[in-house]
Parts: sequence; structure tokens; C-alpha cells
Amino acid sequence: MADIAVHTEHTHHEGYEDHAPHATSTGLSNNKLAMWLFLGSECLLFGGLISTYMLYRGRHEGGPGPDQIFDIPLTSISSFILLMSSLTMVLAVNSAKRKDDRNTNLWLVVTALLGALFVGGQVYEFTAFYQEGLGFTTSLFGSSFYTLTGFHGVHVTLGIIMLLALVAIINRDRITGDKAEVVELVGLYWHFVDVVWVIIFTLVYLIPA
Amino acid sequence: MAIIERPSAVPATVGGAAAPELVTPSRALGVFARPVSSTGWKSWLFTVDHKKLGIMYGAVSLFFFLVGGIEALLIRLQLAAPDNTVLSAGLYNEMFTMHATTMVFLFVMPMAAAFANYFLPLQIGARDVAFPRINALGFWLFLFGGIFLNTSWFLGGAADGGWFMYSPNSSALFSPSHGIDFWVLGLQITGIASLVGAINLIVTVLNMRAPGMKLMQMPVFTWMVLVVQFLLLFAMPVITVALFLLSFQRNFGATFFDVNQGADPLLWQHLFWIFGHPEVYIIILPSFGIISEVLPTFARKPLFGYKFVVFSGAAIGFVGWGVWAHHMFASGLGPVSVAVFSVATMLIAIPTGVKIVNWTLTLWGGKLLFSTAMLFSIGVIVLFTIGGLSGVTHAVAPSDTQQTDTYHIVAHFHYVIVGGAVMGLFAGFYFWWPKMFGQMLDERLGKWNFWLMFFGVNLTFAPMHILGMQGQPRRMVVWPEKLTGDGFFDLAFWNKVASVGSFVIALGVLLFVINIFVTAKRKVKAPLDPWDARTLEWITASPPKEHNFDRIPTVHALDEFFHRKYEEVDTEDGPRLVKVKTAEEILAEEEANADHHIHLPSPSYWPIVLALALPIIAYGVIFNLLLSVVGTALVILAIFGWCLEPSVADDSDYDPPAGGDSTKELATLG
Repeated sequence: MADIAVHTEHTHHEGYEDHAPHATSTGLSNNKLAMWLFLGSECLLFGGLISTYMLYRGRHEGGPGPDQIFDIPLTSISSFILLMSSLTMVLAVNSAKRKDDRNTNLWLVVTALLGALFVGGQVYEFTAFYQEGLGFTTSLFGSSFYTLTGFHGVHVTLGIIMLLALVAIINRDRITGDKAEVVELVGLYWHFVDVVWVIIFTLVYLIPA
Repeated sequence: MAIIERPSAVPATVGGAAAPELVTPSRALGVFARPVSSTGWKSWLFTVDHKKLGIMYGAVSLFFFLVGGIEALLIRLQLAAPDNTVLSAGLYNEMFTMHATTMVFLFVMPMAAAFANYFLPLQIGARDVAFPRINALGFWLFLFGGIFLNTSWFLGGAADGGWFMYSPNSSALFSPSHGIDFWVLGLQITGIASLVGAINLIVTVLNMRAPGMKLMQMPVFTWMVLVVQFLLLFAMPVITVALFLLSFQRNFGATFFDVNQGADPLLWQHLFWIFGHPEVYIIILPSFGIISEVLPTFARKPLFGYKFVVFSGAAIGFVGWGVWAHHMFASGLGPVSVAVFSVATMLIAIPTGVKIVNWTLTLWGGKLLFSTAMLFSIGVIVLFTIGGLSGVTHAVAPSDTQQTDTYHIVAHFHYVIVGGAVMGLFAGFYFWWPKMFGQMLDERLGKWNFWLMFFGVNLTFAPMHILGMQGQPRRMVVWPEKLTGDGFFDLAFWNKVASVGSFVIALGVLLFVINIFVTAKRKVKAPLDPWDARTLEWITASPPKEHNFDRIPTVHALDEFFHRKYEEVDTEDGPRLVKVKTAEEILAEEEANADHHIHLPSPSYWPIVLALALPIIAYGVIFNLLLSVVGTALVILAIFGWCLEPSVADDSDYDPPAGGDSTKELATLG
């Protein structure tokens, strides 16, 4: 994923003859188009995982079910934190477009911290559920719950790594192409992961099984 | 080779302000220098050139084709006689599983990727794909994934659950060897290759067409490849989920397919076929594209109903998402689902039929030249139609319930895959070989190649219709003598015919391999435009230069190259097409007006390193998780190396080509 984001040099070589680095047939840069396509593909990945969970959430013989273990207030708070990180991500993109490196870095770090808080909440939640008797192998509900939310957690974690790596390479001035676009690409990914969480939170936690 | 500058024989500037600024490398980023070899093994290992990658895709796929073919021959040997003992039951299960997996994932798909990689940029007038390093990553993932998958033969046995690996049969209880683990992880790795390849090619087609080329002026092959990439983009993640679920179950004790826990075996079937049916079109559409190029060329006529061919290809792509459950008619889905999927499946015959009609009408009234490529294309029309018709009978659910899991199904899908997809790829070999290697494959050997394969396919797979209708089940290791029957329905006879047929196909393929070596040894240069072809890839040298086009062509029409060669002239008998230019003249014109500064992407170490890390992780999952940690560390290192390497090679890294051949492009940095 990061490779797509920092892959800016190739936008140059096509439109070379007409001196415009972004003269593509669609007008959208290669990197951005690629990120949209990747996210389109990711929709089907989460679609498959969510379908699996919806099929199995009622099947929890020999272990606790969703209604017994979910702590809605706690997860609501961590969901709120993750949604707020989308706001700070927007602020980072906005600063990058104004070529304001200092604020870009600031908001990227804040976004990463909020993301880390969310992942921390997930780790806490997983630990608590485990202690209440819901292991990965306990029941169909357990396997599909941990797989779905785990995949999402891994996506957030990769996002955090991307954000922090972005801060590092902005600081060292190592982005050869359009800096604001690179920030925007990571932003697209981040917002996607947030939107997926909105769906997961609604389907998994809020709608009673 | 960041910037290739032509020797000074070409005038340096065309008027002051227009001279483009050179892209200069940033020396400050010298930590991860880029490789620069343009000759020798390094130039292949680290290349990002779509043409070299295309050739490597082709060579590796051809190797796996031979492997899969040998597996098929072993299966047919086992079935040639009653109660045969060539293969044990266990080995037989591994053989048919790996035969299908190899042919689908390691031959037909990557061979189509080989053609797509090589010809898609050439057909749209681009110098490379949108993401050359990702392109290289795709190839190495395919190669390492394929090798990883096949190492299972030596590490305790290959997968034995059939290529659709139905649960719960695929759980550790029923298949305790590591075979299925290898299968799952190997397909994950090649799946990533398909996904990144799809993103890359879609961006390339949508963003990098030559000036003037509208979507409806793209060659049909490019169109079909585009449709296939969208299918891959949305189908791969679904199989990814299915494979993750299965590997979590087998390796980490998850319960997804554990029937004791109340699991639903249909979950796997749905996930697999939501991927698996679009996969069918992923396999066939590239060949449809190839023969849509070959038929007009050798009929000396434009493709009949270009727009219909393109739109029906796209329609197949769309409807292909709504038919997956016709693979599951026997699983008890309920009458409504069965009816819906039955009708949708019949519907898909319409766009497919449109194509068959269009190809036939392209031939109608044309001045047909029966070259080998043409023969293979006509072979596709004939054999695919037979396979398509038996396919429609499977759409009728009551009939399908009788046929499912019999040799009738085997007959059907081999007619469409071997008769359709594989024959189409062979048409591509003979059609494009002079473009890729500057040499013509031997036409006499080629015609033997075609007729042996054509008769072989019919000899092998036509009897399977009878075998299936008589109830011989698919995947049975033996057929007992006492059940063979007699007269026309003598199963022993038809099984022998099919086995003989499979060796006839093998002989045809062997002739192709011989043809490659004979041609290479002969060293006769092919004419620049041997087929009087129509599309942009023929406008440049054969094989194309590293930068594809000296001047990026400006496109005015569908079949641009043809329209540059021929013009319509009014004569007494009405308008006639007259050849106004030869291919050599057009090429000379392009060379004379070459672009001055051509920016090509530099080679890179990181795609191969990143790809190498994934099988390490996969071995770790099977044998020791510590190995996975090492692999993951390598992934992180490779991604950071990838991101941080300078965008072009440093001139101090550059090793100029020895000899100073003045016709060769000199690579210099501005």
C-alpha cells in the first residue's frame, strides 16, 4: 500500500512530451486512480468478511454470544476516536495543500495517535473478551468476530505505519513528486478504513443478533 | 537508463522554448541506488520493462503448462484401462487437483498476463505501464507463488481436495498432509500478483493512451484485457477471504468450516464460486481478444461490429457476476435461487453468441489467409461453440442435476478452456511471435501443431460427453470392468479413445516447443509487418526498442496502423483501398521524427526482494512461525527500500554499453 502512495515518479514519464506531469487521459493522476481501484477491491474483501460474520454471529454454542460480551459504551468511545481521526486527517491534507509542512506533520501525528488509541482499545477489548471465555477457536461467532475486527485492526495499524513513515519522509524531504497528493492518498486509505469501521460498528455491535 | 537520448544524428532542438526539461536524479538519495544493467542476467532480474516481464511471464507459464500437461497425461494413463494402478488413489487426488490448479492459475491466467503485459502498452501507444515496479512485483509473485505451490510435492504431498477445495473435505481431518496449506498460501501469493497487476493495467489503459486514442478506438484485445482486470480486481479479494478462512481453520484452529460447531459448508461454496465464475471469464476473455485481432487481419476486413464485440465482452463481464450459483445447483439452494441463476446463466449465452456471430461475419466475404494463427482462431470459434452449447444445457437446472460431477461437466469445461482459451493463446503465439522476437515461427510445423491439437481436443473431450451421460463420475480413480457396458456406450472404449486423444494433444504441444527451438536456431529475420496487421503494436520495430516508440503515435482511427498504410481512392468501379505506404516507410518516418528525450523507468532491486519474502512467510505459517517473522521483516525492509530508492538511477551508477554501437540508444543523464 505504501508503495502506491510514494510512487510518484511514474506520473512524469507519460505526459512528458506536453510538459505537464499529470497529463493523463482521465485527468486523474495514476497514483490516485490506483488508490481508488485498490479501495474498490478492498470493499469486496471486507464484504466477504462481513458476510461471513453475519452468517455466523448467532452460532456460539459453548461460548458467550454477542449480546453477552459487547461493551457498547466502550466501543462507542473508541469508534468516536477513530472518526475524529478522519477529521484530523482532513486537516493534514488541507495543510499539505497549503504547503504547510509543520501543520501537515502535526496533524498526521495526531491522526496516528488517535488511530493508535483505537487499536489500543481493540487490544483491550479482545483481552477482555478472551477472559470472558470467547477465544478465537471457541465458536463460529468467535472465529468470525475476531477475523473481521482483526482484519480491520490490521488495516488501521498499517495506516498508522503509513502515517508515521509519511511524517519521517516529509521531514527528510524525500518525496520526489507532489507532496500534497501523497498525503491525500494516505488520507483516502485512512478514510476508507474509517468508513468500514462505521459499517462494522453498526452491523456487529449496534444491531442485536 | 533514466533518460535515453538518441545520438546527435537527430537534430537537438526544435525551437528554443519547446525543449523539455530533463529530469535530474537527486544525488542526496544515494542510499538505495538503483540497478542499471541493460544486458546480462541482472537486466532480467531487476527489470521493470513490460516487454521483458511479458516474455518472462510467457516462459514461466509455458513451463507450468508442460507440468500441468504431464499431470493430465498421468491422469489419462490411469483411466486408460479398467482397475488400473498407474497412480494410487491418494496420488490420483493430488494429480487432478494440481492439474487444474496449475492449468488455471499457473498457465492460462499468467499466459494471458504475458500477452497483456507485452502488448497492452504497445497497443495503446504507451512507453510502459503506469507502475513498472509493481508490474515486476506481479511477475515475481507469480513465479515464487507457483514454485511454492509445487514444492508441496516434495514436502509431504500436494493438495488433494479438487481445484474448488470444498469444505469440510478440505479440513485437516480429511486431508492431514500439508498439501492444502501449500495450495491456500500459494494461491494467496499468486492472488496478490493478479490484484496488483489488475490495478496497474487498468490505470495504464485509462490514463496512458496515446494522444487521440478514444476508448472506442482501442484494439479489442486491450478492451478484453481491461474487462478481465476489472473482474480480477473484484474477484480476487473474495477468494482471498475464502483462503484466509480456510488457512485460519487449518493452521490456527478457527471453526469456519467445522460442521460439529454448526458451520455451513455452503459458505465456502458461495465464496469460492463468487470468485470462481468471474474466473471463468478471466480465463476466456483474453483469448476472445486475441482472436478478435487475428481474424480481421487474416480476413483482410475490419472486425464486423467492433462496438458489439466490445460491449458484449463488457456484458459478459457484468452478467458473469450473477451466475455463480449454477455451480451449486445440486447443493439444495431452493427453487427460487436455482431459477434465478438458471435464467441468468442462459442470459450470458446472448453476448457470447453475439461474439461468435461477429467473428463469423468478419470471415464472411473476406479474402481468407489460412495461416496457423488464423487456423487456431477458427478452431476457437468451432470448439468454443461446442463447449458453449453444452454449457447452456448445464444452465437448465434439472438437466444439470443429472450431469453435475460427471464427465459431461469435464467435457464441457475442457472444450471451453482448451478449445477456447488455450487455442486462442496459441493463435496469439503464432500471430505475435514475429513482433516479440523478430522471427516467424515455422508455419509448416505450426499447421501440424494446430491439426494435432484440434483433433486431439475432439478425440479427448468429445467421448467424455458420452462417458458423463452414462454416469461415469468425475474424479474417480478407477472404473471397474464389470460396469463398462457394451455397444456404443462401452465406457472402456471411450475411455481409451480419450486417453489416446490426450497424447495427440501432447504431441501437438511438443511440436510447438520444437518449433520454438527450430525458429530460434534458424536466425531468419521476419519481415516488419508479416501479416499486414492493423493495430499500433506493428508501427514500431520488431522486437520493439526498449522505449517502444521513437515517437508516441497520434491516433486518428480504430486500426490506426492499417489506416496509415491504406487510403481509400475513388476509381471507376467505386472507392477502393490502395496501399499508400509500407510498414518500413512508416517506421522510417517515426524514427526520423523521434522524441528527443525519452524518460524510461529505472530497474529496481525491490520487487524481487519483496516477492521473495512472501513464500518465506508462507513456509513459516506451515513449518515454523519464526520463519514468518523473518519474512515479515524482509517485507517491511523491501517496502521501505522501494519507497526510498531514488526515482531514477544516478549517472555515477551507470555503466555505459560496451562497443559504442551508434545505432544503439545511448543512455545518458542530463
